[in-house]
Amino acid sequence: MSQEMTLDPIQGQLEKEPAPEIVAKAAPKKRSQWLEVWSRLKRDKMAMLGLVIITIVVLAAIFADFIADYETVVIAQNLSDRLQGPSAQYWLGTDEFGRDIFARIIHGTRVSLMVGVLSVAIAIVLGGGLGAVAGYYGGKLDNVIMRVMDIFLAVPSILLAIAIVSALGANLMNLMFAIAISSVPTYARVVRASVLTIRDQEFIEAARAIGASDFRIIFRHIIPNCLSPVIVQGALGVAGAILSTAGLSFIGLGIQPPEPEWGAMLAGGRQYLRHAWHVTTFPGLTIMITILALNLLGDGLRDALDPRLKH
Amino acid sequence: MTEQMNTQDLLSIEDLSIVYEVDGETTYAVNNLNISLKRGETLGLIGETGAGKTTTALGIMGLVPNPPGRIVNGKVIFDGEDLLQLPKEKMRSVRGNRISMIFQDPMTSLNPVMTVGEQIAEVIQIHEGVSKQSSFQKAKEMLEMVGIPAARSGDYPHQFSGGMKQRVVIAISLACNPDLLIADEPTTALDVTIQAQVLDLMKDLKTRYNTAMLLITHDLGVVAQVCDKVAIMYAGEVVESGDIRDVYENTKHPYTKGLFGSIPDLDLTVGRLKPIKGMMPDPTDPPSGCKFHPRCPDATAMCSLSEPEPVLTESGHTARCFMLQAMAEPLAAQKPLTELNRVQG
Repeated sequence: MSQEMTLDPIQGQLEKEPAPEIVAKAAPKKRSQWLEVWSRLKRDKMAMLGLVIITIVVLAAIFADFIADYETVVIAQNLSDRLQGPSAQYWLGTDEFGRDIFARIIHGTRVSLMVGVLSVAIAIVLGGGLGAVAGYYGGKLDNVIMRVMDIFLAVPSILLAIAIVSALGANLMNLMFAIAISSVPTYARVVRASVLTIRDQEFIEAARAIGASDFRIIFRHIIPNCLSPVIVQGALGVAGAILSTAGLSFIGLGIQPPEPEWGAMLAGGRQYLRHAWHVTTFPGLTIMITILALNLLGDGLRDALDPRLKH
Repeated sequence: MTEQMNTQDLLSIEDLSIVYEVDGETTYAVNNLNISLKRGETLGLIGETGAGKTTTALGIMGLVPNPPGRIVNGKVIFDGEDLLQLPKEKMRSVRGNRISMIFQDPMTSLNPVMTVGEQIAEVIQIHEGVSKQSSFQKAKEMLEMVGIPAARSGDYPHQFSGGMKQRVVIAISLACNPDLLIADEPTTALDVTIQAQVLDLMKDLKTRYNTAMLLITHDLGVVAQVCDKVAIMYAGEVVESGDIRDVYENTKHPYTKGLFGSIPDLDLTVGRLKPIKGMMPDPTDPPSGCKFHPRCPDATAMCSLSEPEPVLTESGHTARCFMLQAMAEPLAAQKPLTELNRVQG
């Protein structure tokens, strides 16, 4: 029913208000919370710009094979055409082995996106799970989990990733694993913090009162309610993971040549910076624009998911 | 409490004591509480804020937060079984199924990210082992029953008003057709008109399903409207209990008298209300003897020395007061004070 019923009749406002039955029947349009978030996100021009760029990057990764053939264009060396500037044949020029930089950047999106998304996914599952358990059960378990996370946080994350990759060997799986491990504590803290606020809400007690098990309470009631900070952190985290991939590849601990990777391309071209600027500039710009787009989207999501901005 | 009584009663709480222990300080929330309830009956549990009403309800549900809460002694016998002795798993199958609870604030007792249909269906899925589809069908029926169009089952709680949310909560609590419904101040967060509608609805559904109800409130008017029996709580114990007519018309305990005295009377023109003097005692340091004696207008020297036992004044009507003990045969004659009682008091 409606609060209108409490209006003081002396003010003569009562007849203006619809009868409670009418209010009940004039149900608002059926809109899920995610639709509302989407409509709010749509209003944010910068976030939409970010989303458009990311869509292009994702499409480039999916259709990379249609744009340039991997065996003949991306990794095949063509020393007669080495270090050529941008032209109609090579849109962004060629690198020190005469490979098409545009084609390599397009194929490089696959590695970057895969490492970025998968490492964040691993980190969210591990960190989120640990954080949820720590926050929900509290006490000793919470203490143990969070102190271990603190130990991880005490080591700079890039250093931790370097240590893991150099210990396990440089390949794609280890790279993803290293980046994921080094960002687990962040997600554990984010999830734990929101679980702590949600755990004591009355609807959790109500869920217990209908006989729900701990497992059901955590997964059906608590976690869906703390998704929004995780989503924001995840969008920003993908950017960080892509940057870490590029950084590790730059120092030779990530993707190994001749496989195209943005950071490795940057590293390969740096000795030719003076007479072949395009070899480093275009991969660098790609990294920058992708990260910027992810950050814009992350910021937009944070605003769109913030319940305080709801009207 | 004898065995014969237990078999008749759906719920019988015997000598229940619950404490909260925080930083070495012990709060005596519920002290040797005794109440009983038969199938289909409604018992109103009345008391001030902090009298231990909600703790009692949580005690029945096995939901006293531990730590800091701890059930020190007592039995909660429900349909012949002591709920306090049940293993966790079994207790979970009782909650929401045979005993369900309505919380005070409908605004916060629904999950904001689940549709109301899902939330009603959830309790059915947990307890009745039916398919998702038929649980949603049942959820829609429940919604219709509490007066909300089934078409709204896909809506989220924030799309409902407070009164409608409380109807949804009622639908959830009755979805598995429980034997006992515990309603913890179900109408406190609602305005008076909606309150009347919700109470009517609860009363109606309760009679239809022959559900027993424990209604927790501090509103004497609500109790008069809905309940068959009433128990007045003060500082964690029941000071007076009995049939609603007996208690309301033939009030025995000074505290109950005080409560009624503090209600404005429509027919009388008075300048001020008559409050009960003083404050609720500090539950970490309850007074000796009768808990009410520091505020009691009729207190004697004896009141501060020892604790009165419940006195049966007429059929089913008991009160804890020395003034009555002189007049009637005390129940205590059959049940001497145990050492444990003393420690708790």
